[in-house]
Amino acid sequence: MTRRITTSGSISRRRLLATAGAGAALAASPFRINLLQAQEANIKIGFPVPLTGPYGAEAQDQVRAAQLAIAQFNDGGGLNGRKAELVVRDDKLNAGEAATRSLELVEQEKVNFVVGSLSAAVQLAINNVTKERGIIFNSISQSDAINEAKDFSKYTFHEALNPHMTAGAVGRYAFPKFGKKVAFLTADYAYGTEMLRGFLEAGKAFNIENLGDVRHPIGATDFSTLLPRLQSLKPDILCICNFGRDQQIALKQATDFGIKKTTQIIAPLLSHASRVAAGPQAFDGVIGGCSFYWGLEDKFASTKAFNAAFSKMYDGKLPTDYGALGYGGVRTVLEAVKTAGSVDTDKVIVALEALKYDDYKGPQYYRKCDHQSVQSVLVIKSKSKDMKNESDVFEIIGTEEPNEANLRSCEELGHKA
Amino acid sequence: MTGLSFDLIALQLFAGLALGAIYVLFAIGLSLIFGMLTVVNFAHGAFYMVGAYVGLYILMLGGNFWVCLIAVPLVVGLFGVVVERFLIRPLYGRGIDYPLLLTFGLSYVMVELVRIAFGKSGYPFDTPEILQGAVDIGVGYFPLYRLFVIGATAVVLLALWLFLEKTSFGLIIRAGARDPQIVRVLGVNVAQVWLIVFGIGTAIAGFAGLLAAPLQGVIPEMGGTILAEAFVVTVVGGMGSIGGAVLAGLLVGVVVSMTSLFAPEMAKVSIFALMAVVLIVRPQGFFGRAGLMS
Amino acid sequence: MQSSTNEVIQPLPGAQASPVGWFELAKLHRASLASLVVLVFPLVMPFTALAANILIYGLFALGFNLVYGYLGLLSFGHAALFGTGAYFCGIAIVHLGLPWYAGIGLGVVGGLLMAAVIGVLAIRTRGIYFAMVTMALSQCAYYLFYEAVDWTGGENGLRGINIHQISVFGLKLDFINPLTRYYVIAAFVIAAFFVLSRILASPFGAVIEAVRENEARARASGYDVTTTRLITFVLSGGFCGLAGALQALHLSIVPIEILHYDTSGIVVMIALLGGMGTFFGPMIGAAAFLMLENIVSTWTVHWQLIVGAVFMICVLFFPAGIWGTLIKRIKP
Repeated sequence: MTRRITTSGSISRRRLLATAGAGAALAASPFRINLLQAQEANIKIGFPVPLTGPYGAEAQDQVRAAQLAIAQFNDGGGLNGRKAELVVRDDKLNAGEAATRSLELVEQEKVNFVVGSLSAAVQLAINNVTKERGIIFNSISQSDAINEAKDFSKYTFHEALNPHMTAGAVGRYAFPKFGKKVAFLTADYAYGTEMLRGFLEAGKAFNIENLGDVRHPIGATDFSTLLPRLQSLKPDILCICNFGRDQQIALKQATDFGIKKTTQIIAPLLSHASRVAAGPQAFDGVIGGCSFYWGLEDKFASTKAFNAAFSKMYDGKLPTDYGALGYGGVRTVLEAVKTAGSVDTDKVIVALEALKYDDYKGPQYYRKCDHQSVQSVLVIKSKSKDMKNESDVFEIIGTEEPNEANLRSCEELGHKA
Repeated sequence: MTGLSFDLIALQLFAGLALGAIYVLFAIGLSLIFGMLTVVNFAHGAFYMVGAYVGLYILMLGGNFWVCLIAVPLVVGLFGVVVERFLIRPLYGRGIDYPLLLTFGLSYVMVELVRIAFGKSGYPFDTPEILQGAVDIGVGYFPLYRLFVIGATAVVLLALWLFLEKTSFGLIIRAGARDPQIVRVLGVNVAQVWLIVFGIGTAIAGFAGLLAAPLQGVIPEMGGTILAEAFVVTVVGGMGSIGGAVLAGLLVGVVVSMTSLFAPEMAKVSIFALMAVVLIVRPQGFFGRAGLMS
Repeated sequence: MQSSTNEVIQPLPGAQASPVGWFELAKLHRASLASLVVLVFPLVMPFTALAANILIYGLFALGFNLVYGYLGLLSFGHAALFGTGAYFCGIAIVHLGLPWYAGIGLGVVGGLLMAAVIGVLAIRTRGIYFAMVTMALSQCAYYLFYEAVDWTGGENGLRGINIHQISVFGLKLDFINPLTRYYVIAAFVIAAFFVLSRILASPFGAVIEAVRENEARARASGYDVTTTRLITFVLSGGFCGLAGALQALHLSIVPIEILHYDTSGIVVMIALLGGMGTFFGPMIGAAAFLMLENIVSTWTVHWQLIVGAVFMICVLFFPAGIWGTLIKRIKP
C-alpha cells in the first residue's frame, strides 16, 4: 500500500508537469482550448495525513478507504464523466508541515477540496490555510476547537466526532451503571481537557462526584507516579482522557497496578490501532467510544456494503474506525459535487449543508451552524477472548443515536443564531 | 489536594526510584561512553529502542524473558561495537561535534530501519508471568515487576563497579579515561579499549530498553523522549561520571515523581529547570571534572 | 563565500582599492549575488511554498551559523530563538491587532530577547555543556509557550495570522498570491544578507573570528571574549527571530513543534550540510535539506532513512559541507 500511495503521488506530479508543459505550449493558441482543458481536468481532492510517525498505520487506513470512495465515484460515472482523483500528502503529524503541504495542494496542485488530518493541531492548521483561500476542508479527526466560531468558516466541515460527543456518550452510558465516584487522568493539552469537559458536562445530569483530576504531560511514558494517587482516591470509575500511545501505556500500567480490580476504566475514544498495538490484556474490560466499528454491519445495510466493498478491494481486510472516516469524508464531498452538478465551492457547500446521508454507519447530516456531522456514537468494550477474526477486538455495548442535543449548542460555540 | 498521606508519599517515592532506575541504566551507558571516548552518543535512545525490539524478536521466535536478559545486551553491544569501529572511529581527533552529529544522523537511520522491519505502530510486550501482579511493601501495593527493575539495575551497577574497580581491564579503562596518551605510550591498545567501552555502554542501553518494554510496550520512537531526559541526568550528575549518573538518575526520578504529585503540570519542565539551575550554579555537574570540555 | 580563516586576514571591503580576481570580486558582492539567486529561485522549485520555506530556514540557519560557524559554539537550543520570533509575530497580529510589519518587528525583538536570556545564562559554559544548557533552556521555553494557552493556543498551535493584503509605499500587494508572498519574504531575507555581510566585514566580525580561532590570544589582545560571545549570540537571535516571524506570516499559523528540540537539530543539520562558517552555506544547506526531504518523502514514507544516511555521509566524508567542499575546489 505504501508503494501505491507514493507512486500515485509521483504520477500526479508528473502528470501535472505534463499538463503544465501542455499549457505552456497552448499559451499561444486560442483561449477556448485552454478552457476546455481546464474543464476536463480531474476533480482533485487533497488528502494530507500523517503517513510517517506513530499514527502511520491509521493514516494508511484512511488513504485506503478514501481511495475506495474515489473508485466508487469514478465507477458510478463521476460528475458527468469527469473523474475524481486523490492527491495524498504526508503531513508528518506536524502542524507546520501540514500548513506547507496544504499550501502546496492549493497553490500548486490546485485541488478542488481538501479532506484529511489525524490530529487536532494539524486539522486546525490545514483549516486556517484552506479557509483563507476559499477551499472546502472536511476534517476527519477529532477536535472541539474546529467547531468554535473562532476557527470555523463556511468552508470548514467536520466529519469526525468531537471529544464532547464521545466523552458525553461514554459518560452517559457508564455513570448510571458503575457508580458516582469518578476520578480522571487527563493528558495536559487541548484535546485532553476537551474530553474532560465532555465527561464533566455529561456527569452533571447524574450528580457525579469528582474525586480529582490528575494531569499528565502529553507523550508520557510512565504513569507509575500518578497511579498510586488515583488508587488512593478509591473511585468507582476512572476516566482516562488521553489518546494513542499515552492511552496504551496508561491502560497497561493501570492494569499492572491492579486498578481494574476495584474500578471501571472508561475512555472517550478507543482506537482500533491502539487496541491492536497495546494488546488485549491492557485493554481488557475497558469501555470507550468510537465513531465506527465494522461489527455495526448487523444493524445497517450501509455498513455491510462498505465492509464488503473495502474487503473486496483490499484482500479481505476489514475497515477500521479511522479508515471509515477517510471514506466518509471523501464520499460526502463527492456526493455533494454530484447533487450540485458542479465543483463550484459555494454550490458544493449548499449541497453539503442539505445532505442527509447514510454511507457507512447509519444516518448522518452536517449541522448548519458549525458543519459538525451529527451522527451516532458507539459505546464499545474491548474483548480479550472469543474473537472471530483479527479485527474482532471490540463489542458494541451501546449506541447513542444522532441527536443535536448531545452537541455543544451553536450559541455556546459562538455562532450567531 | 485530597488524600495526601504518609503512605502515599512513601509509595510515590518508591515509584520515583523505579522510574529513576531506568534513567540510571540509560545514563550510565551514556556517561561511560562520554567519559572514556568524549563522544556524546545521540543514538543512545536508538540503541535503547533496538534493545526492546531485539527482546520482542526473541519472544516472537519462542524465547522467554530470561533468555532476553542475556541475549539482548550481547546483540545490542555487538551492534554498538560495529558502529564504533566503522562509523565513529574515523572521527576521533576531529572535534567533539562530529561524533555527536554522526550519531544524531544514525538515530534517524536506526529508527527508520526498525519501522521498516517491524512496522510503524507499536507492539505489546507482556510482563513475564511470575513478575506480574503487585506486592505489599508495607506502605501499599507496588507492582512486582517494578521491584524487579530496581533489583536488576542494582545488579548491573554492582557488576559494572566490580568490573571497573577490581579487574585489570577496568584499570586500563579508568587510566584511558584520565590520559589516553600515557596509556598508549605504555603499550596498551587504546582503540580496542574504546571499542569495548562503546560496546558495554550500548549493551547497557539495550538492557534498559528491554527492562522498559514490559512497562510501556515497544514503539520505534521510544528512545526519543528518554534521550532528552537522560541528557539532563548525565549533565546534572557530571558528564563522564558514573557515580554522578547514578545519583542524578535517582534524583531526577524522584523529582519527576514528586512534582507529578504536587504540581503535575510542572512534571515535564521540572527536570529541565533542574538542569538549568544546576548548570548555572555548578557548570560541571555534581561530579564532573571542571574544564573537561573546554 | 570563503573559508573562514581567510576572512580574518581580509581587510575591510571598502579599503580594498582593486579587486584581485573574480573570486575576490564575487566575495565583495556576496550579498548581491545571493540576492540574485533568491530572486529567480521559485522558478526552479517544485512549489512556491517550499521555496519560501527554504528561504526562511536558510535565514534561520544563517543566524545559527553566526554562533556555530563563526563563533565556534554548538547551540542545541536555537529552536527557542526561531520559535519566539514566530510566536511574537503571531501574537502581535492575532491578539494585539497590530499590522504585519509590526509583527515582523516584534518577531525580531522576540528573537533578540530570548537570545539575551539564554545567552546570559549559557554563555559561560563551554563545548558540550553549551549545547546541553542551550537545549535545556530551549526546552523550558517550549513548556513556557505550551502552557500559555490563552496566548499561544498551546498544543493546538496559534492560528489566525491571516494577512490578505499588505500595502508597501501605497502599493497594495495580494499576500495570498504565492509568488507575491515569496517576494515579500525574499525582500526581508535579502536585507538580512546585506546586514550580515556588513557585520562580518566590520571590525567586530574580525573579533568574532579571532575569539573562535584563539580565545587566549583574543583575550590577550584586549578583547572581552565573553561580551563578544554574548553580543554575537544575541545578534544571531535577531536573525532567527526574523526567520520565525516570516515563517508565521508564510504559514499563517505557529505550530508548537517549532520550539521542539527537533527544530534545533534540523538547523544544525542544515548548517553542516551546507557548510558551516561560510556565507552561502546555510542557504544551500536549507535548499539541499528541504528539497531532499520533499523529494524523498514523495516516493517513500521512509524518508528519514535517506535523510539520516545522507547526513552521516556528510559528517564522515564532507565535513566542510556542500558549499565548503565546493569552495575548496574552485578557489583559485
